Amino acid sequence: METETAGAEPAGTHEEVLAGWRAVLPACVAVVPLGLALGVLVVHSGLAWWWAPVLGAIVFAGTMEFLLVGLLAAAAPLAQIAVSALLVNFRHVFYAISFPLHRVHGAGWKAYSTFALTDEAYALTVTPESAGWSRARIIAIQAFFHAAWVICVAAGAGLGSLIPPQVVGLEFAVTALFVVLGLEAYKVRRSLPIPVLALGCAIVAALISRENMLLIAMGMFVAAIVASYVLTARRRRRV
Amino acid sequence: MSDPWYVLSAIAVSAAVTWALRAAPFAMLAPLRHSALMAHIGERMPVGMMVILAVYTLRDTDPVALASAGAAVLALALTIGLHLWRGSMTLSIFAGTAAYVLVTSVIAA
Repeated sequence: METETAGAEPAGTHEEVLAGWRAVLPACVAVVPLGLALGVLVVHSGLAWWWAPVLGAIVFAGTMEFLLVGLLAAAAPLAQIAVSALLVNFRHVFYAISFPLHRVHGAGWKAYSTFALTDEAYALTVTPESAGWSRARIIAIQAFFHAAWVICVAAGAGLGSLIPPQVVGLEFAVTALFVVLGLEAYKVRRSLPIPVLALGCAIVAALISRENMLLIAMGMFVAAIVASYVLTARRRRRV
Repeated sequence: MSDPWYVLSAIAVSAAVTWALRAAPFAMLAPLRHSALMAHIGERMPVGMMVILAVYTLRDTDPVALASAGAAVLALALTIGLHLWRGSMTLSIFAGTAAYVLVTSVIAA
């Protein structure tokens, strides 16, 4: 895998931005249906169309945005909205372990890079071939994805009711995106126990609480990984 | 509906919580970055997180209703099969989504 695209060569900023664009394009295409769906949802919930791009640009966390439209429609109190955001986006805490923020120099760039640290940005920048990517390429990936998302959400709000309500299931694009990114991540170690463990955690978490399954599953998964580390370290010491 | 200040505050609160969750751990995890444990976790995290996120997006699928689970299984098989065969992210995602939309829309109609 490492030989596929040698990312270590010193390239100019222009080339790096272009390379970022090429890397992020599939993710941009993948979120088109979801962005359109969010835009449609915003308009259908009774908000003015221009709230859709505002929401997409400022919150920039897809799952939370879908949830927020529902909370706004229900006139939920701000405290409830804050707790929902905390639970839905808590998984991002784990991203700091492997996201290459140390290669994004400068406080302003770091601020933007953490602001735009979506699931997709994380998945695209922790692949084996991304090991030497520059700040320009990482920021380009995040900014192109941000722009694509805002445009799609705005387009969805603009089109509004043009998408016939009989067309359902567009949200599967997000599932497919995570599955494909999971397959790419699998190629790093080609070890089956880890994805199987994650699947087990996800299913158990869904059985415990479907609303909070994301947090429970990720907590269990990280705990299990830490336990496996402690066990191997102890076994090694005994030998 | 709704007061624009309420909507704006709700958006600001969501964005602030999200940003804090994304940015704060970098400061706290920085000393641990070079530890063997963090390397162990970091290496195994991406694939696990993607599996969990994928299952999460399917959380409302009814495992016993053929219309719901059948469409998901078919679309997942198509997505995974195409990706292992051709390795094109765009193709895998498009084909899987198209299959899912087609099946669920036809069943819903």
